[in-house]
Amino acid sequence: MSQNDAAPAPADLTVEDLPPAGRFGDFGGRYVPEALVPALEQIDEARQKAAVDPEFQAELARLHATYTGRPSIITEVPRFAAHCGGARVLLKREDLNHTGSHKINNVLAQALLTKRMGKTRIIAETGAGQHGVATATAAALMGLECTVYMGRVDTERQALNVARMRILGAEVVAVEHGSATLKDAINEAMRDWVTNVGTTHYAIGTVTGPHPFPEMVRDFHAVIGEEARAQVLELTGRLPDAVVACVGGGSNAMGIFHRFVGDADVRLVGVEAGGEGIESGRHAARFAGSSATPGVLHGAMSYLMQDADGQTVESHSISAGLDYPSVGPEHSFLRDSGRAEYRYATDDQVMEAFSLLSRTEGIIPALESAHALVGAMQLGRELGPDGLVLVNLSGRGDKDMHTAAAYFGLVGEGTQ
Amino acid sequence: MTALATGVEAVLRSCRAQGRAALVGYLPVGYPTVEGSVEAMRTVVDAGCDIVEVGVPYSDPLMDGPVIQDAAATALAGGARVDDVFTAVAAVRDAGATPVVMTYWNLVLHRGVERFAADLAAAGGAGLITPDLIPDEAAEWIAASDRHGLDRIFLVAPSSTPERLARVTAACRGFVYAASTMGVTGARTSVDSDARGLVERVRAVTDLPVCIGLGVSTREQAAEIAAYADGVIAGSALVRALGGDQDLPTRLQALHALTSSLAEGVRAGRR
Repeated sequence: MSQNDAAPAPADLTVEDLPPAGRFGDFGGRYVPEALVPALEQIDEARQKAAVDPEFQAELARLHATYTGRPSIITEVPRFAAHCGGARVLLKREDLNHTGSHKINNVLAQALLTKRMGKTRIIAETGAGQHGVATATAAALMGLECTVYMGRVDTERQALNVARMRILGAEVVAVEHGSATLKDAINEAMRDWVTNVGTTHYAIGTVTGPHPFPEMVRDFHAVIGEEARAQVLELTGRLPDAVVACVGGGSNAMGIFHRFVGDADVRLVGVEAGGEGIESGRHAARFAGSSATPGVLHGAMSYLMQDADGQTVESHSISAGLDYPSVGPEHSFLRDSGRAEYRYATDDQVMEAFSLLSRTEGIIPALESAHALVGAMQLGRELGPDGLVLVNLSGRGDKDMHTAAAYFGLVGEGTQ
Repeated sequence: MTALATGVEAVLRSCRAQGRAALVGYLPVGYPTVEGSVEAMRTVVDAGCDIVEVGVPYSDPLMDGPVIQDAAATALAGGARVDDVFTAVAAVRDAGATPVVMTYWNLVLHRGVERFAADLAAAGGAGLITPDLIPDEAAEWIAASDRHGLDRIFLVAPSSTPERLARVTAACRGFVYAASTMGVTGARTSVDSDARGLVERVRAVTDLPVCIGLGVSTREQAAEIAAYADGVIAGSALVRALGGDQDLPTRLQALHALTSSLAEGVRAGRR
């Protein structure tokens, strides 16, 4: 449901006076070339039909049960929690999904929509490569042609995922322009889409982009929070004090937050990439840095890292998946309305949490998800032994071995 | 439907009265330098451009192909600022052509829509072309452009439905920018036959002049489009002519020659 569904239109207003579709307060909207408007309207119609179509829902549920591996489990992590002020810590294990992250939830649904809309080709952007791998996987499963755009910098730091996508039959295009990271991959994917929109669906991988993407992608990930809320209640008999997730574009966070938004006593905590620290300027903490103010990038109004002229400022994070200068518009709305709170974790804190979960629990998290673990460690200490923290462990860390080995000096033989 | 011919519409109607289409040339501010870009704009005016699209370099130009992407990156690396746009606008006006600014929306939004409009009007600009702003999101700009008497040029595309064409053209003032083909900016060997059909569909819903952009690089293409459109827009081809390793005067000569040839094209189309 969009935010403006609730506001009835006074009788003397014309259609021109109504707020545009897909707004979250002042955020969101549809800042796109006119050429894409028919495609966005087609997607919006298709997803609304699918939402109430038992056949679509059954097909998606079947895929989640027999292919994704849903429901994902929750795991209590007491040895890790000993470093979190003694609070109970539960992990929602999206890392155990097929392809290794939450991304598959959204992609399978968008791939089904692609076929329903009669399109034969699916394209995607990817940062860490997880959304690209998930899209390549869905394309292979459903017989769709697939092209994935990835910044040159990211193809290097996530080389394993590039290989996975190619093995799955996708074309991977390394984007050289700009900062050669996620935002530039989105630019290039948009250029492809506007050229080939007749045959091609652009499966945006997070809760950004023009309406209806922020709502649609959130809804396709809402299964995370639906499951987790019931699982936590069953295991502990109560709701968590805090739900924590990392926020790049913010799809895994919206997925787990959405079902809890109405639970006023549950704190919703997003953790952004603090990179080398806010004062360094090399970070992706849109809500913390002074350069971030509302602006438009990639079709949506949201908080945006920008300079005095409104040019996009390049972000930085050790995790490619969070290295993005804007954020999903619903996060901006949740933040400004006070319903959710946002903090950040620096690269060094992230690597410490990454190592800690690996060594105490035998679970190697994605570097993105390790940001949420830093948040859990802080919240656990703030809440104390009575606290209960639910963490969305959005992905697994296999793809990050190269980065981690370099960071910890494990490259070469005989170390440690 | 607007009855008064304002800024850029008057230019297009005057060209029509001369039995020809107008030539609209796009050049980005700051390429190869701020001064060089102003010199290039004077050059295309001298060579026959009726209207100059003053482009604002942007960090994320998602409607542009490689030529304009590279020019924007060069301009930004060279320190081009949004303020420089108003200098270029004034220079085009002084040179005797009509300047309109083409900009991605965030740069207007960040300066403040009212402030941008006031600065543009003060510099002698006729209006704005907004490739990533649709009328649905443009309430603030529509109000500001009314206050300052500025044209607002929205785009239509071959994919536009009849409903969208009616809605978009109703919000336009000055002219309607029709994208010849689905895609981003960049010279093409042939301009899609979609272009002619799109112009016909636009004319069915508005009396505003229609200009065709995307892909025009030769005299022959300009002549072909001039047969049915009110204006022919050239961008990437001009930017490419301005590029290269030779010294600036030589590149300006190449730009002058190409523009002159396009100016002949827009005069040949109706004969």
